[in-house]
Amino acid sequence: MKFSDTLMGALLLALSLSILFTVQQYPVIPGQNIGPGAFPGLLAVLLAVCSVILIFKGLKDSSRVAWIEMGGWVKSWFHLRNFLITVAGLVFYIQMSDKLGFLICGTLILSAMMWALEVQARRILPIALITTFVIHFIFYKGLRVPLPWGLLTPYQW
Amino acid sequence: MTAAVLSQAFWLVFDPYVLLVILCSAIFGLFVGAIPGLSATMATALLVPITFFMPPVPAIAAIVTATAMAIFSGDIPGALLRIPGTPASAAYTDEAYQMTLKGQAEVALGAGLVFSAIGGLFGTVVMVLFSPGLAEIALKFSSFEYFWLVVLGLAGAVFIGNTSVLKASMSLLLGLLIACIGLENPAALPRFTFGMNELMSGVELIPMMVGMFAVSELLRYITNLDPPPIIATENIGNIFTGMWDLLKKYRWPLVRGSALGTIIGIQPGSGADMASWLSYAMSKKFSKEPEKFGTGHVEGIVESGAANNSSLAGAWIPAIVFGIPGDSITAIAIGVLYLKNMNPGPMIFVNNPQNIYAIFLVFILANIIMVPLGWLTVRVSTKILRVPRNILMPIILLFCIVGSFSINNSVWGVTLILFCGLVSFVLEENGFPVAPAILGVVLGTMMEENFVTSMIKSDGDPWVFFTRPIAMWLAAGTFIILLWPVATWAWDRWRQPQLKT
Repeated sequence: MKFSDTLMGALLLALSLSILFTVQQYPVIPGQNIGPGAFPGLLAVLLAVCSVILIFKGLKDSSRVAWIEMGGWVKSWFHLRNFLITVAGLVFYIQMSDKLGFLICGTLILSAMMWALEVQARRILPIALITTFVIHFIFYKGLRVPLPWGLLTPYQW
Repeated sequence: MTAAVLSQAFWLVFDPYVLLVILCSAIFGLFVGAIPGLSATMATALLVPITFFMPPVPAIAAIVTATAMAIFSGDIPGALLRIPGTPASAAYTDEAYQMTLKGQAEVALGAGLVFSAIGGLFGTVVMVLFSPGLAEIALKFSSFEYFWLVVLGLAGAVFIGNTSVLKASMSLLLGLLIACIGLENPAALPRFTFGMNELMSGVELIPMMVGMFAVSELLRYITNLDPPPIIATENIGNIFTGMWDLLKKYRWPLVRGSALGTIIGIQPGSGADMASWLSYAMSKKFSKEPEKFGTGHVEGIVESGAANNSSLAGAWIPAIVFGIPGDSITAIAIGVLYLKNMNPGPMIFVNNPQNIYAIFLVFILANIIMVPLGWLTVRVSTKILRVPRNILMPIILLFCIVGSFSINNSVWGVTLILFCGLVSFVLEENGFPVAPAILGVVLGTMMEENFVTSMIKSDGDPWVFFTRPIAMWLAAGTFIILLWPVATWAWDRWRQPQLKT
């Protein structure tokens, strides 16, 4: 997904202005001229300057570039779908890992991604199960990371 | 340096656990480097969550070994598929592929392996010889000098080797701003936390790096439209045949490449990729037979293969002496050192010299075992290249999830990898390089601390930054780098009208 330089510059200009605004609210340390807002404020000013230059650069050759140009992969349903599945896999883990547990979430995410990437159907589930268990073993037993058990809590080992 | 320190370092490294870590990370690095699309930086990012659970010496040993191996094995898919395994091999991928088509795959890979190891050892020797002396000088530095060192490093990261200096600067500023998040600032005021407890201690480095370098590369693989590559040859002979003759014939290019690589490594912000591009160009320029370059000629591979590995060691010099990383790999490694409370900087040479000498030993060891292990990797390379990536990539994703979860045992880490992965994917698609951002994040706290301390010391008078003797020179260096593009632009402007008339 390509944004035009003008749009990118405008977004970052908005970001730097909002940082400048936030920094204004920070308290001043009595007797010192350098407060907690000084350094981020300086960075925000520099970022704003760069953003303005980028906006102008973008405007100069805006005849050639659209505001937002979709990469080739967005037009290919296969690639767009796989991108969405990958992102959804992470969101799914963030939302559901406490309830379902690592073993279930891991197996589901692996299976969904392998299905999306066209791994042979009969190989998906065995590979997903074995990998999830191996990773679980390394981190849970080996490194003592308390991976969530979720639904499988009664069976934990 | 005393014998006691050396023997302590020796026992730190030649401990069965550390040796096992070195062996495993070597195999891991060779494998990751050989898979196109998985870079040496990604190898480091994937290792970091595991090194989190190790003592400092094996943790650093794992990173050093894995990256050295990955930089070499990136040559393998370059020669066989015409796809560089890591960006550091891109400079001579075409050359190596042409050699493979001529039936000389073993010469290309052999040269890559042997001269990588020699280049790596060269960089290590420079590091061993120079860093203790530099550390002694650095002990005299105050906040003013450190401030300039950081600025000099960041300026290098932005101005050297980026197609768009503007976008690189913006990426750097974003990184520095991310470093401002949280309580860790001289005033201990929670900044930009949006009322979230998770952000009070700042954005955690490890999940951020996993997101920026592993998840974003995954997304790039998923959205890649290129057709699957074809392996050019199955027959790879003995890769060591003829290497001695090459060594004798190309000893000067070898030294030149190693030296250039080390220097580029030392220069903060430019790493192995840059080293191999520049030394390939230099090799062609100084070669007696430049017309052969690009047709399957081994000379450039000798020189830039040595350069990219020597730059790895070079990058560690500013990293351990000043705490200023030389490229994104050492930026990750420095993040690990901070987590281990082994803050890099000159004091480490005074307080824990055995750890420093242990790192030196690991470098030597890694470059030596690279030769037999690399040979084995080449033997099984056609099998590695056939590893189904549609199975490997989902596994890497799950690994990223667990790795980022394990830092704080909370899904906040997973949220961070998703966010950072998406942001750096979009930034890279729009031509913003990610390396300056990561350097900004790692160095931001240090930069602000030294800036604020200096300003308080000088009662708000910025001139002190320019009047102390060493600070003045560092400032001059920084301004030369900063003004260089402006100067060349002005020079071109001034020249052009004259040429026209």
